[in-house]
Amino acid sequence: MRRYLARKILIYALTFFVAVSINWLIPRLMPGDPIRTMLSRGASGDEASMERMRAYYEQTFGLDEPAWQQYLNFWTSLARGDLGISVWLFPQPVTEILLSAVPYTLALLLPATLLSWVAGNRFGAFAARSKWLDNTLLPLGYVLTATPYMWLGILLAWGLGIVAGWFPTAGPYGFGSIPGWNWPFISDLVSHWFLPFASLFLVAFGGWAIGMRNMIIYELEAEYSTYLEALGAPRRLVRRYAFRNAVLPQLTGLAVQLGTIVAGALLTEIVFAYPGLGNLILEALNNRDFFLLQGAFLFIVVGVLIANFIVDVIYVVVDPRTRTQMQGSAA
Amino acid sequence: MSLDVNDLAVYYRTLRGDVRALDGVSFSLADGEIMGLAGESGSGKSTLGKSLIRMDARMRHVAGTVRLDGAELPVADDARMVPFRFHQVSLVPQYAMSALNPTRRIGRMVRELVRSRGVDYAGVHPELLRRLELVGLDEQVLRRYPIELSGGMKQRVVMVVSTLLNPSLLIADEVTSALDVSTQRAVAEALAGFRDRGFVKSMVFVTHDLALVHQIADTIMVMYAGRPAEKASSRTIIEAPRHPYTRMLISSLPEVGVTFAGKRLQGIPGRPPGLLDPPPGCRFRDRCPLAFDKCAEQPPFAEVAPGHWAACWKAE
Ligand SMILES: Nc1ncnc2c1ncn2[C@@H]1O[C@H](COP(=O)(O)OP(=O)(O)OP(=O)(O)O)[C@@H](O)[C@H]1O
Ligand code: SF4
Ligand SMILES: [Mg+2]
Repeated sequence: MRRYLARKILIYALTFFVAVSINWLIPRLMPGDPIRTMLSRGASGDEASMERMRAYYEQTFGLDEPAWQQYLNFWTSLARGDLGISVWLFPQPVTEILLSAVPYTLALLLPATLLSWVAGNRFGAFAARSKWLDNTLLPLGYVLTATPYMWLGILLAWGLGIVAGWFPTAGPYGFGSIPGWNWPFISDLVSHWFLPFASLFLVAFGGWAIGMRNMIIYELEAEYSTYLEALGAPRRLVRRYAFRNAVLPQLTGLAVQLGTIVAGALLTEIVFAYPGLGNLILEALNNRDFFLLQGAFLFIVVGVLIANFIVDVIYVVVDPRTRTQMQGSAA
Repeated sequence: MSLDVNDLAVYYRTLRGDVRALDGVSFSLADGEIMGLAGESGSGKSTLGKSLIRMDARMRHVAGTVRLDGAELPVADDARMVPFRFHQVSLVPQYAMSALNPTRRIGRMVRELVRSRGVDYAGVHPELLRRLELVGLDEQVLRRYPIELSGGMKQRVVMVVSTLLNPSLLIADEVTSALDVSTQRAVAEALAGFRDRGFVKSMVFVTHDLALVHQIADTIMVMYAGRPAEKASSRTIIEAPRHPYTRMLISSLPEVGVTFAGKRLQGIPGRPPGLLDPPPGCRFRDRCPLAFDKCAEQPPFAEVAPGHWAACWKAE
C-alpha cells in the first residue's frame, strides 16, 4: 500500500514537473518578440506605464541570462507563489487574481459535480429497478446529456431568471450588495449561485444516471448475482452488491470530471457572468495576458493531479482488486 | 425416492418461436444417488439443472412436475421456489470461478448470504470451518477476497458454501471443466465425499467427461436433443448400453478417459435436430443405424431392465 502510494506520488510529481516545464518553454518558443506582442495588444496607451511594464517583463524573462538560469529562476519564483504580474490588470500579481477567482469556481463545481454524482448514481440504480421509470425518465436523462450546455444554460436563465424572475441571471452578487458576513449578502450570493449551479448539476446528473443504470444492469447479470439468486438471496442483498460494484467505474468517471473541474465551468461562467477561473481564462485570452493564462494553466494542472490522487486513494480502499494488482506489480 | 421428475417440459422463448430444450423428461433419483448427466452440447443438461433450482427469465415451464422428498417442488413459480433454494436444492454453478462477489471478503459474503436466508450464522460457522478444512482450505480464506484465491480454491469455497445448509439435492453443472486434470479428480471426489458425509442427499452431476463421472457417479443419464435417451448404473452405461446413441457415444471415445468436450462427436455422422421445431418421433432417427418404421413414433423412456431405462424401440 505505502509502496503503491509512493509510486503514485512519484508519477504525479513527474507530471507536475513536465507540465510546469512546458509551461515555461512555450512563451520562449513563440516566434517573434512575445513581450512586445503582448504589450502592444495589452492594456493602456499610457507611455509611462507601458515603459514600466516593458522593463518588468524584460527582467522577468531575464533574456540576458542563459536559458538554464532563466529556468531555475522560474522555479524559484514559483516556489514563492509568484506567478508574475498580469498584463490585463497590471500591476496586480497573477497569483492574487487567480486566488480571488478560485473560490467561485470551486463553490460552483464541487457541489455540482459531487451532488450530481451521488444523486445520479442513486437515481440510475433506482431507475434500473422500475420499468416505468426506465421508460419515462431515462429518455429525459438522454435528452439532458445531449443538450448543448449553452442552450440549457440560456434556457434556465430565461425560464427561471427572466420569465419567472426567481433568480438573478448574472454576476456573483447584486450590484448594490456590499460583501460581508451578513445574512442579506449571503442570501444574495446563494441566489446568484443557484442558476449556474443548477445548470451544471442537471447536465451531469443525466450522464451519471444513465451510466449507473447501464452498469447496474450489467452487474445484475454478472455471475455472482446469478449465484446469489440461485441460492434464494433476497433482491435487497443482490442489489446492494451490484450497486457497490457498479459504483466503481463511476468513480473513475468522477476522477476525470473532478480533474477537468477547474477549467470545466468555462461556459457556465460565461453564460452567467460568474467570475471564476473559466471567466478569467477567457479574459486572459482576449487580452493576450500570457502570465495570467500560464498561471491558470498551472492551477488546472494542480487541480487535476490532486483530484486524481484523491480518487486513486479512494479506489484502493473500496476495490480489493486494485490492491492485489498492487501486490502483483510490487513483487 | 429423493427426486422425482415427471414429464418435464421447459422451453426457451425466442423471437423465432419456442426452443424445446426439455421436452418430456422423466427420471428419479434415489436417496444418496449421484447421477452423472451426460450428452452432447445443446442436449439440455444445463436447462434441466436450472429448471430444478431457478429458471432464467427466458425459460418457460410448459408441462410436468417435480417432487423432492415427497413434496412438490414449484419449479414454475419463482417466488414459491425461494424457500427451497439453498435449504433444499442447491447449486454449484458452471461459473464457480466468478460466482463470488469480487469486492467482498469471502467470510462476509457467506455471513450475509446465510443471514439473508434466515439462518443464524453463529450456528453454522463452526461447521463452515470444519468443511473448509475438509476440502483443504484453512480459516484464512474467509478473510480473503476472491481474487486472492486460485481457481481451484474458489471452486472448493463455492462447493462448501452451496452445501452449507445440507440441501437434499445438489446440482453441479460442469464443475470440473475449467480445471486441470488433477484438480478435476479432486473436486469430483470431494463432492462424492460430501454425499458420503450426508452434506447432500442426492446429486446431479452435469459433465462432458464420462470417464470422470463414471468414477464417482452411481448412475448416468444420457440426454439427446432435450430428452433422456438412457439411464442406468454407471457401469451398465459404460459396459452394456442399450440405446444406439449411448453405444455410439461410448464407442466413439477412443478409450474411456477421454472428454468429448462440447464438440460434435466425430464417430457419429450428422447432427442433432434443431429444437425450434423438432421432427416428431425418435429424435435420433436421422443418425440412427437401426432406425425402422416404428421410429416415426416417439419411443417411451421405459424401464428395460431393473434400474435401466432407455428410450428406444430396439432397446427391449
Ligand atoms: N437463452 C436461450 N435461448 C434460446 N435457446 C437456448 C437458450 N439457452 C439454451 N438454449 C438452447 O437450449 C438447448 C439446450 O441448452 P443447454 O444449455 O441446456 O445445453 P447443454 O446440454 O447444457 O449444453 P452444453 O454441454 O454446451 O452446456 C440448446 O439447443 C440451446 O441452443
Ligand atoms: S427408436 Fe429407432 S431411431 Fe430411435 S434410437 Fe431406437 S432404433 Fe434408433
Ligand atoms: Mg451446459
